[in-house]
Amino acid sequence: MGILEVKGVNKRFGGLQALGDVNLSVQDQSCHAIIGPNGAGKSTLLNCLVGKLIPDSGSVMFDGQSVLGRAPHEINQMGISRVFQTPEIFADLTVLENVMIPCFAKRDGAFRMHAIESVGGEVELREKAEEMLREVRMLDKRHEHAGSLSRGDKRRLEMAMCLVQEPRLLLLDEPTAGMSRADTNSTIDLLKEIRDTRNITMCIIEHDMHVVFSLAQRITVLAQGTPLVEESPENIKGHPKVREAYLGEAQV
Amino acid sequence: MTDQTSSTSVTASRTRARGASTGFLGLGRRDAALFGVVIVMVVFAPIILNPFPVNSAMAQFNAGFPQLMQQFLIFGIFAIGFNILFGLTGYLSFGHAAFLGIGSYAGVWMFKLLGMNVLYAVTAATAIAGIFAVLIGYISLRRSGIYFSILTLAFAQMCYALALSVLSPITNGETMLQVTHNDPRVLGSAVGPDGGLPVPTLFGLEMRSTYTMDAGPWSFDFNLGYYFCGVFMILAFYLAIRIFRSPFGMMLRAVKSNQQRMRYTGLNPRPYTLAAFVISGMFAGFAGGLLVSMDPIAGTERMLWTRSGEVVLMTILGGTGTLIGPVLGAGFIKYLESILSKINSGILHSWFGFLPDGLEDFIVAIIYPFVGKGWHLTLGILFMLVVIFLPGGLVEGGTRIGRLFRRRKATDTSDTPAE
Ligand SMILES: Nc1ncnc2c1ncn2[C@@H]1O[C@H](COP(=O)(O)OP(=O)(O)OP(=O)(O)O)[C@@H](O)[C@H]1O
Ligand SMILES: [Mg+2]
Repeated sequence: MGILEVKGVNKRFGGLQALGDVNLSVQDQSCHAIIGPNGAGKSTLLNCLVGKLIPDSGSVMFDGQSVLGRAPHEINQMGISRVFQTPEIFADLTVLENVMIPCFAKRDGAFRMHAIESVGGEVELREKAEEMLREVRMLDKRHEHAGSLSRGDKRRLEMAMCLVQEPRLLLLDEPTAGMSRADTNSTIDLLKEIRDTRNITMCIIEHDMHVVFSLAQRITVLAQGTPLVEESPENIKGHPKVREAYLGEAQV
Repeated sequence: MTDQTSSTSVTASRTRARGASTGFLGLGRRDAALFGVVIVMVVFAPIILNPFPVNSAMAQFNAGFPQLMQQFLIFGIFAIGFNILFGLTGYLSFGHAAFLGIGSYAGVWMFKLLGMNVLYAVTAATAIAGIFAVLIGYISLRRSGIYFSILTLAFAQMCYALALSVLSPITNGETMLQVTHNDPRVLGSAVGPDGGLPVPTLFGLEMRSTYTMDAGPWSFDFNLGYYFCGVFMILAFYLAIRIFRSPFGMMLRAVKSNQQRMRYTGLNPRPYTLAAFVISGMFAGFAGGLLVSMDPIAGTERMLWTRSGEVVLMTILGGTGTLIGPVLGAGFIKYLESILSKINSGILHSWFGFLPDGLEDFIVAIIYPFVGKGWHLTLGILFMLVVIFLPGGLVEGGTRIGRLFRRRKATDTSDTPAE
């Protein structure tokens, strides 16, 4: 059994079948990629995993527990963090504060009335956040407003915010979109190192095949809301169904 | 090389963090300085606000009389609390006057039932306003943005309407609620020492007692009630600083910035926002308790929506989300209200009497709509000017002026070094 088990998940938006009978099993401490053409339902699938959407039918189990019906913050507290397709950060706060907030969430839970303590006194958390920022090479920007960062920096910041929580399952929705080649490569290196050194399972959505083949151990191809194939990277390259899915879309 | 520079800056910021937490009363250097200034201002306000000799023509611009100075402090507390909700979380309540009113009624009832000690009044005012804030906040916070504002407004108007009608046995309706000879007052006496109605006291010391100091042509009033409010305004300000600098305060700013990210980071925005709402409601209730401690009478007009609007104006005018802004805004508006509304056409004519008659009448006619009963017009224009040209309020104006004067020094002591 995988750490994440998706069984028979369906999701409709009006007349559109965004997800049709999706089954997915992600092995513990692996990196699983989900690829597929635009509109295939990849983001919708992630939304069903983190509590943003509730599937019409099916089950989603994380580490033996159902996530369905739980609030997003509860799902995160179970150990699932997500990087969004369009960066979701605290734009009005500084970069360092952005990374400290997930540290507080991890340590203190969904709510704690720590109104008299001073943030300045939280030396340990601050060091942890700064260490994380150093890993994503943003330490020098820690006092900047997050809203003023470039798109690529916003993505790296969001990734740092997720990683600093040391989640058991990290969901990444196109983490390198909008990044320069150099930033993409350093992101690959970072994710590789995290994959190999931490007890973490990664589920990554990506259009950039270079990223996918550098990181993924399993690949699921999704087209029109249904998984077509699940294979290892070596077997997926020449797979006829995959070509069909992508080329078919290109012809339309 | 990159590694080396970043590791030294980690150490530097670590030292800074320690410094921040071990400063005066747990405040950072800048906050401690600001706090010190506030204390000094409160202590010496009776002198600072009376700069003009008693018999001079300018004496009417003096603000150093007890009633007005008490209002500065009380509405300062009201606005400090409001700013914790609005400034940090961005939730704009249009119903905070309800808590001011509830606090006032609770305070007067304490005077009637228990005794004239003001500590009964402020304690009950804070507690009861807190209970109402939990209820109103719990429901209103199910919505955000304009819908939240409308909900709070509706609740406040409901409180106002109830106080006038169904609840008039408790609120005394249009004839305001006040202390009478027939009150039980189980821990106090029915009559004051002079046989009249008893007045609010702090362990026997009357709130209204004032020591007047004459210094040549000047005269300064030191009023006990004022200093009682002063102590609590200083405490309220201190609490606000602590909240602003706390992890809780950071979460409130996160609520304002991106609730979606907050949820997916494992934080539940709802209790944070509710806590901010209740804290600000309790500050408002406390302010209501202080109002009746200075003058033990409570009327429904204290809950009117214009009162709720007033605290919004104070906060925005002073500087939303800044520490000192709401206090400045409260002082500014209360000063304008008190001074401008006193000016009538007789005073205007005496000012411009030196001009030829026709010109005098003309100028008086132009100024007249902006003073006296028309002071709201002046307030409205000032408010528009501030919102358009100084979106950060008076505080931003202050910083801009300050920057002009000491540009060098500012860059030296800035907390965030240019990197
Ligand atoms: N909240 C929604 N309401 C209605 N339709 C939606 C909603 N979210 C997604 N869809 C539709 O569902 C389909 C799948 O969308 P989804 O965002 O999951 O695709 P995707 O695979 O992530 O594509 P991309 O690679 O462009 O990000 C699309 O046709 C989209 O328009
Ligand atoms: Mg998508």
